[in-house]
Amino acid sequence: MHPVMKTVLQRLGLGLLTLIGVSIIIFSSLELLPGGFAEAILGQGATPETVAAVNESLGLDRPATTRYFEWIFGALKGEFGTSFAGAGSGWGSANKRLVSDVIGPRLYNTFFLAAMTAVIAVPIALALGMLCALYRNSWFDRVANALTLTTIASPEFFVAYVLVFFFAVKLRWFPPLSTVSDTTSFLQHTFKAALPAMTLTLVIIAHMMRMARASIIALLSSPYIEMAKLKGLSPKQVILNHALPNAWAPIATVIAFNLAYLVVGVVVVEVVFTYPGIGQLMVDSVSKRDMPVAQACALIFAATYILLNLLADIIAIVTNPRLLHPK
Amino acid sequence: MSTQPVDILNMRTRRTWSQNTIRLLKSAPFSAKFGMVVIAFYMFCALFAPLIAPYGESEIVGKAYGPASAQHWFGLDQIGRDTLSRVIYGAKNTIGIALVTVLISFGIGGVLGIYAAVTRGLLDNILSRIVDVLMSIPVLIFALMLLAMLGKSNPYPEIFGKLPLNLILILALLDSTRVYRLARNTALSVAVQDFVEAARLRGEGMMWIVIREIVPNILPLMIAEFGLRFCFVFLTISALSFLGVGIQPPTADWGSMVAESKTLITFGKIQPLIPAAAIALLTVAVNFVVDWFLQKTSGLRDEQ
Repeated sequence: MHPVMKTVLQRLGLGLLTLIGVSIIIFSSLELLPGGFAEAILGQGATPETVAAVNESLGLDRPATTRYFEWIFGALKGEFGTSFAGAGSGWGSANKRLVSDVIGPRLYNTFFLAAMTAVIAVPIALALGMLCALYRNSWFDRVANALTLTTIASPEFFVAYVLVFFFAVKLRWFPPLSTVSDTTSFLQHTFKAALPAMTLTLVIIAHMMRMARASIIALLSSPYIEMAKLKGLSPKQVILNHALPNAWAPIATVIAFNLAYLVVGVVVVEVVFTYPGIGQLMVDSVSKRDMPVAQACALIFAATYILLNLLADIIAIVTNPRLLHPK
Repeated sequence: MSTQPVDILNMRTRRTWSQNTIRLLKSAPFSAKFGMVVIAFYMFCALFAPLIAPYGESEIVGKAYGPASAQHWFGLDQIGRDTLSRVIYGAKNTIGIALVTVLISFGIGGVLGIYAAVTRGLLDNILSRIVDVLMSIPVLIFALMLLAMLGKSNPYPEIFGKLPLNLILILALLDSTRVYRLARNTALSVAVQDFVEAARLRGEGMMWIVIREIVPNILPLMIAEFGLRFCFVFLTISALSFLGVGIQPPTADWGSMVAESKTLITFGKIQPLIPAAAIALLTVAVNFVVDWFLQKTSGLRDEQ
């Protein structure tokens, strides 16, 4: 088998194993409580009868392994069981809501926000990172370094509220809250998601720029680049023919890694702007201890994170010139 | 041939430790000095909060949302408590909780990491695989889920009082995976070197090797990592408190203070920005100092 294929398959296998491990961890968090979940939410009202009734209505009376396989195969089909939220009032079946119905529209919103951020942030960050690497130690590089360090170190909600203060309250360019619904048109959606997207863009550009700068500097200081310069090639030829083929891997890693970072950033930013996405849903369900919804959200976040990191690794393997020409 | 008499009085002696420290601090770049001053200021506020703060932590001193005045520099919050006092108490609570969390995390991760690197047996293999899986879930997401399950309050209020025990333990455990990874990898690169082999051959015990050979060599990197992990944990706790599942009211904490006053921003008031800026300033300061410290100790500069 071609060595590239072999490495890629190995990496895919490892990724799959990680996913299974993560799904087991997320699922078994429900089993963590010593007295069980029913006892914890019933609190003072926990008698053996009520605990049994709650367990039965939530399906918690069956063995954990059975429930795990039901859950994971359901998740593969996009079904995550029923939410605990409706069940809280009378434990009846009338007001139960499917988790997938709750998640579906929100998943689209979060994806919309993430895609919008990526489209703006990736080109700007890569261009700025390259400029910093090429003109390193210039005043431009120093200012960029101090600014990006400040942005990375600040909490997302600080960046968000500063933007709200200037762009929504003082200048009144954008709405301070991003309330969108199913009927919001595409343009309207973009307009309302402008501030959350700007916040995420700022945070991500800082990360991406620093990583891009570091990896390009590492690349430009390697001996073969010096060799190319010494044999008299023009700077353009050095960059296009010698640096770029080796730069794809680090650049792809930087992009995928930062998109994975977006997964976490989106939670806080969605809450700040009350944007109806998965992040806000997860925080709500955590406050209400609605475990099926929280677990489904966690699984979606973790799987996205793992898949993006996997993608970065695979791109790095596939674009590695040393692996493409085996001896 | 005349020999100059030796000027004994003005002979240079070896610098003492304190002289060296002062010289080192003087040579620090502006950003690092700024960072150290800021950290010292925060530490002062945190340690002497009850003495500095003009009013009590949850003392109600006026009307809700009172404006900024000479008595109340930053105004009053949603139930009439002095915002400035709460910001000062917040230094004590938020920094204290983050610091305890990181200390526990280094206790678990550091010890296990070094032990795994030195013994390199089955334990190392098992721990490293577990850490790989745990690290592939983003900390904020993982912490949110565990908090949903275990609840945000403290299961033993009679022993630990208002301390958010669940939050501290969950974050310490999740963060210790990162510490483990670094401690194991750096300790491993030291443990395979010749001087460790020499110590082993002369019959030193494992504890001696760890304390005299390995720890001194990985210490600078671990100290720098301590600063960075502190920033990360501090930001995560603030984010969780902001989301309403971290440190709980009435404890004054910067993350939840931002959440409590967030509606004010739409009226053009800067109240929510004050605690948020307090968080940002501290993490920026720590980052500046760590940056300088890393350059100083490792001699690594990305320009080379």
